[in-house]
Amino acid sequence: MRKIKEFIIEKLILFCGLASIFFVVLIFLFLLKEGLSVLKTVGIGSFLFGKNWYPISDPAQLGILPLILGSLLVTLGAALISIPIGIACAVYIAEVAPLKMKEALKAGIELLAAIPSVVLGFIGMVTLVPWVKHLFHLPTGLTAFSGSVMLAFMAMPTIVSIAEDALYSVPKSYREGALALGATHWQTIYRVLLPAASSGIVAAVMLGIGRVIGETMAVMMITGNAAVLPKSILEPVRTLTATIAAEMGEAVVGSEHYFALFAIGIVLFVISFLINLTADLFLHRNQ
Amino acid sequence: MINSRITQKIAFFGLFLATLLIVLPVGMILVIIVQKGWPAITWQFLTDMPRQGMRAGGIFPAIVGTIYLVGGAIMFALPIGLLAAIYLCEYARHSVITRIIKLAIVNLSGVPSVVYGLFGLALFVVFFRFGVSILSGSLTLGIMILPIIVTASREALESVPYSFREVSLSLGASKWQTIRHIVLPNAIPGILTGTILGLGRAAGETAPILFTVAAFYLPQLPTSLFDQAMALPYHLYVISTQVPNVDEKIRYGTALVLLTLVLVMNLIAIVIRAQFRKKKKW
Amino acid sequence: MVTFDIQKLSVWLGSTQALKNISMQVQAHEILTIIGPSNSGKTTFLRMLNRLNELGPRFRREGALLFDGTDIAALDAQIVRKKIGMVFALPLPLPLSIFDNVAYGARMHGVRNQKQLRAIVERSLQEAYLWDEVKDRLDTSAFKLSGGQQQRLCIARTLAVEPEVILFDEPCSGLDPISTAKVEDAMVKLKQRYTIVLVTNNVKQAARVGDRTAFFLSGELIELDKTDKMFTAPQYRRTEDYIRGKFG
Repeated sequence: MRKIKEFIIEKLILFCGLASIFFVVLIFLFLLKEGLSVLKTVGIGSFLFGKNWYPISDPAQLGILPLILGSLLVTLGAALISIPIGIACAVYIAEVAPLKMKEALKAGIELLAAIPSVVLGFIGMVTLVPWVKHLFHLPTGLTAFSGSVMLAFMAMPTIVSIAEDALYSVPKSYREGALALGATHWQTIYRVLLPAASSGIVAAVMLGIGRVIGETMAVMMITGNAAVLPKSILEPVRTLTATIAAEMGEAVVGSEHYFALFAIGIVLFVISFLINLTADLFLHRNQ
Repeated sequence: MINSRITQKIAFFGLFLATLLIVLPVGMILVIIVQKGWPAITWQFLTDMPRQGMRAGGIFPAIVGTIYLVGGAIMFALPIGLLAAIYLCEYARHSVITRIIKLAIVNLSGVPSVVYGLFGLALFVVFFRFGVSILSGSLTLGIMILPIIVTASREALESVPYSFREVSLSLGASKWQTIRHIVLPNAIPGILTGTILGLGRAAGETAPILFTVAAFYLPQLPTSLFDQAMALPYHLYVISTQVPNVDEKIRYGTALVLLTLVLVMNLIAIVIRAQFRKKKKW
Repeated sequence: MVTFDIQKLSVWLGSTQALKNISMQVQAHEILTIIGPSNSGKTTFLRMLNRLNELGPRFRREGALLFDGTDIAALDAQIVRKKIGMVFALPLPLPLSIFDNVAYGARMHGVRNQKQLRAIVERSLQEAYLWDEVKDRLDTSAFKLSGGQQQRLCIARTLAVEPEVILFDEPCSGLDPISTAKVEDAMVKLKQRYTIVLVTNNVKQAARVGDRTAFFLSGELIELDKTDKMFTAPQYRRTEDYIRGKFG
């Protein structure tokens, strides 16, 4: 009797172990199921590189180039801000800060990671957006730039915590060796620790960027959502994620618009899949 | 030598500034929300239905909806996540399958939240005909927080010394008895920490519930699993972007309630973890 | 009576061969001590007897290992481990109370009756000469005991499942001389009722408690003989060198 019970439990455990694979495949399959038809009728080329996104005009024009460029622009801006600051902060926490401050800073970073994106979006709307409008004398503060700044904040916790882990896991002997040769602490960090931790830091940056590309609510609330080819970072743009979130509510289930939004989902899924795969490779190279 | 000292001072100051650039805004965000949101927090605000197209009244149904959603998500994700962690930790040999499972978990945690929303819509709402409902939303959120729970539970299980397992087995206990009576009880604090972090994440997410459960304006409480429901994060989104002329106090108040809910959960998780580390017996 | 009959046993853990072509017997109700330098395979040998090695990855064995006439691989692992108890090198109490530590095995084998459990715990603690020291605080954590007490608790825990054989894996390596003496006393008295295999780094301990002694070196059994004879007139030079402390 006990044997039978344990046999069942162990099968259940195996089944749940495989559940994550099952869910990843299921997500991809359902995106394909709903989105693939659009890719076929419109054609992958004109879907990805079409310049016009007019999903509800007749006939609908389903080109997501403006959305891709919007996502790219916002992501690039966020990366430029968050990578240097994030790595610098990670170095400060890992190497410079005294022990008590280190704990406080880590808690602060965890706090930032915990703030829901809709709250950050709200705060961005009421503080950052008016500020950007006044600073650059713009008709609206809802711009790609505002989105970049906000997203930089959302990428920061990921970058800081993973980069700090990478720095922390550099063997002690490296540091002691460099210091014993008479290098200053900063020289040791700059010449020895950073290169030694480089693959972990690359992974940190990639995962941070992955978070930015996938971020939805804050972006939707502060980038202005204009589905046009962006000309400047101080103009409203619309990202891939925001398009799905903003339009799915109105799209009729089974319409071309509905399927087109799933096709955007496929694009996002593939991008995040590739980013996470590469980041994981870098993380494992480190170990 | 003096030169390199000065370089070091400048460099460290730069690092410090960068850190301030992250930490100060976090502090500012918290201060602003607490300062402007606190006056809105009254008993009535927390327990009343929204009125006049959400321009007055309270946020009670949104709070209740979020609690239902989070509860449903955890009831789905905790058993699966925990058993998956047990599989990875106790049963799986280092094989190709294990590697694929780990990759799947990494990818699951990287899938954009709005894509979870799409998935939930296609699978639960449309394919399974659950409709836009608490059930669909909970399941969607549950799959989303699965990687958090698996990862945290795995760490917790791995932190139980191997020797305990050997002792138990050497006394003739079976593998499952060993897991059930020795490994799990000692991993509970870590599992709890992961669970609460998952709860916090589920409570704060908006994109996955947009098309699976969230009701724009529904001044009544859900009565079944197949009802739509309001939820705090979506409510905040709605009153700050979709409804004009909402009193700022209500927006900040809603933001404060949501933030408090999420941060309190994280705080509990952090405290449990710290207590556990202190009390660790081995 | 032969408890273990081992014929041409070879064991690989990963790519390294830990035991090479071992043939020997363990008699019922004797204390067989196994000595040898570290990495000589003696602990691997011990862990073969209750099938602990197979828990690790990439384990492989050749040859026969009979327990009461049946190959242990053909028996249920749980029953093998119940009949063949083990005391580990370091005191390894489970993170439970003293009572629950001793009662653990019995509970796992289905004993639910509280009275019965109390009787088992008391008997086992007495057999391990720990009862008088802990009878008033059975509900306190096992981690509160001293190292020597913890090790005797582990012995009691092993006795509680009523094994036929007890394997000791360097049980005194972490203990002071007085605690060591107490554990050795317990072992000698247990011999009346159990077959004991003792792996030890301490040659003098082998001389004090062993009926027969085996000398392992690099995964091979070099010599197996009555303890007295082994320590007075060893057959091989290498045995003599090890016993005299020329290497180790």
